[in-house]
Amino acid sequence: MDTVILSRIQFALTSSFHYFYPPLSIGLGLMLVFFEGMYLRTNNVLYKTIAQFWMKVFGLTFALGVATGLVQLFGFGTNWARYSRFVGDVFGSALGAEGVFAFFLEAGFIGIMLFGWERVSKKMHYLATILVAIGSHFSAVWIVVANSWMQTPAGYKIVGEGSEAKAVVTDFWQMVCNPSALDRLTHVILGCWLSGAFLILSVSAYYMLKQRHGNFARICMKSGLLFAGIVLILQLISADSTARGVSVNQPIKLAAMEGVYKTAPYTPLGIIGWVDSEQEQVHALRIPGLLSFLVYHNVDTPVRGLQEFPKDEWPNVPVLFQTYHLMIMMWGAMCLAVLAACYAWRKKKLEKAKWVLRFLVVSVVFPAFANLSGWYTAEMGRQPWVVYKLLRTKDGVSPSIVASQVATSIIMLICIYSLLFVLFLYLLNRKIQHGPDGEPGEKGAELEYRNPYGSM
Amino acid sequence: MTEYVLAHMWYFIVGFCAIAYVVLDGFDLGVGMLSIGNKKDEERRLFLNAIGPVWDGNEVWLVVFGGALFAGFPDVYATIFSSFYDLVMMFLAALIFRAVAIEFRSKHPGARWRSVWDYVFAIASFGIAFGLGLVLGNLVQGIPLSAEGDFVGKTKDFFQPYSLLIGCLSVSLFLMHGAIFLVMKTDGELHDRLRKWALRCMALFFFFYFVATCATLIYMPFMANRMRQMPWIGLLALAAFLFFFSIPKLFAKGKDAWAFLFSCFGIASLIGLFGVGTYPTLVRSSISPDHKSLTIVNSSSSLLTLKVLMIVVLIGIPLVIGYGLYIYRVFRGKVKLDASSY
Repeated sequence: MDTVILSRIQFALTSSFHYFYPPLSIGLGLMLVFFEGMYLRTNNVLYKTIAQFWMKVFGLTFALGVATGLVQLFGFGTNWARYSRFVGDVFGSALGAEGVFAFFLEAGFIGIMLFGWERVSKKMHYLATILVAIGSHFSAVWIVVANSWMQTPAGYKIVGEGSEAKAVVTDFWQMVCNPSALDRLTHVILGCWLSGAFLILSVSAYYMLKQRHGNFARICMKSGLLFAGIVLILQLISADSTARGVSVNQPIKLAAMEGVYKTAPYTPLGIIGWVDSEQEQVHALRIPGLLSFLVYHNVDTPVRGLQEFPKDEWPNVPVLFQTYHLMIMMWGAMCLAVLAACYAWRKKKLEKAKWVLRFLVVSVVFPAFANLSGWYTAEMGRQPWVVYKLLRTKDGVSPSIVASQVATSIIMLICIYSLLFVLFLYLLNRKIQHGPDGEPGEKGAELEYRNPYGSM
Repeated sequence: MTEYVLAHMWYFIVGFCAIAYVVLDGFDLGVGMLSIGNKKDEERRLFLNAIGPVWDGNEVWLVVFGGALFAGFPDVYATIFSSFYDLVMMFLAALIFRAVAIEFRSKHPGARWRSVWDYVFAIASFGIAFGLGLVLGNLVQGIPLSAEGDFVGKTKDFFQPYSLLIGCLSVSLFLMHGAIFLVMKTDGELHDRLRKWALRCMALFFFFYFVATCATLIYMPFMANRMRQMPWIGLLALAAFLFFFSIPKLFAKGKDAWAFLFSCFGIASLIGLFGVGTYPTLVRSSISPDHKSLTIVNSSSSLLTLKVLMIVVLIGIPLVIGYGLYIYRVFRGKVKLDASSY
């Protein structure tokens, strides 16, 4: 394998691991603002307990987000030097803004949020929580803007030729508000909120199953369901807008996502199936005319097929078809989980509905898979370009690195990331098993709270 | 403003980020290396919690440094990180292991669990400290670059005596910096013991400081060129010298906070000297230093990007410094262990 393939594998690996944590931080960050706000408003200590419990989880996801994020920041330079030179002028200003506005806000105030309960006033602490949440959202803004520019470049000109060529910004706001930026940002943020909401749902459902921390679980479940329900509906609207944006800006990507080879009226929407790329056929359960309807609001307007485009600009159709449909199925699974829980709740049977609770416990993986498969769709759908129509991926790799170097670093990263992931699960499980501290009416909790690390 | 002026301003900002990172994370690294000098769990926890609320924020300066370099000097960013590929990967591994060690050592009371993570913490801190010096040493010496600015050497060439020496210098510097920080943050019997440690670390640092200065003047004579042209720049070298040599005196008088502050200034002056010596080069090409090196002017971003960056910085940095100081104020004073500690 050459350095291009290996570097792509490495980038996919590091991004996938990284993209697991920030969505949790972003989603939890918003929920923390809600819970601590409720505490200030009602003065009910239970909300403080809830906020403190999720803050600890937030601290864990944040630490892992920073550690894996550093690899991302340096990963552009190490493996994609040519790409970095090409996009540096564009990417740089976005990244600079991210570093200054987002990262510092988050990293600075997380100290006060986690360790400052006794040292600052209640209001100041709440302000810190809000700033942490804002910081976590900001961090999504700039990276998604930069990535959207790679999908739909705008506000730039090309300077130089051949391997010396690079994109130079001509209009900063046009670059930031490039055609896909707003749609994709909304879509990503909503996906992050779902990650946070479903983590809360999953843990609450687990407590209900084990009949532990009843009051904690009920409030978390209620807030989580309400929040998840709203976001799932918003996500549908955002998905519609995003997909129609893709049909305009990157028609090849849309065609590949649905496996549309020939341009024909009544273009169908696939539900489940597979693509035979040799025969250029899709074997799937399909609803005729639905894709045309979704894209053009008209069932007989044809969606442009792949055959209208040069074959060396096609992405990997079979893989893209699967990642795209996996994302949609995950959305369906999330809807199912929320609907089932709401139904059981209305019947006042949720805490006894074992199967619904078990389904909610596993539902935490749905948003994670949805986020990842959606990201794969976006990134692989852009191939063979790294910057759409401007720079091919194979021309973006560092010329100075050799395959063995990258192979070694991939192995090292796999080992480190597996360790990180195992430890993350271990610690998360410990926190969940330990439960919220000092919950009113639970014996022994107060004692444990004073001395959390028994051995001292 | 012209591109020339803005590129120079951005050069100072990147330099400022580098200084901020080294001064701030420097003591974290020192504390990390020193932590295994303790046997008692509670003392190790005190060490850890001395940096507990701030190390994460300190590390962010590295992110900002990386971002600032990418933004203002994309060519330099691309060249440095792809040239030092293997070192960067090991550096990243060390950073991750340090974060993991800090987060995880107190989660479990077992003696073996904690001891393993303490060693990981110390070794990772050492690796980061040494790696920083090693890369800096190589940047002074220069690395082989092709006409496109791509590295054409091998990783093993980075381990030259001069670079290894700079690696030792940075390790000893952070040991001293961290020890002084700990003296400032502790009291009682531990405080007195740490005082002795700090003095030993100082002695070690002064040894490497002396050797490295001589080596630079003898083997890297171009580092002093600018000083010969403009002798007043020699004041910076003098300042570094004075900052470092007043530390033991301040220490003897019990002015720990001042000693720490002077250690920060000393580090800043050392990085300043690196900047003066290499100016206007950012990455020196060892093949043809005068023609193929990446300089401030030939590797900077476009005028518009530099302008946008400058606006971001003018709004952002005062905020960052403002609330950074606020956070240090909230957590000022001697370390105490409470319910929310590591």
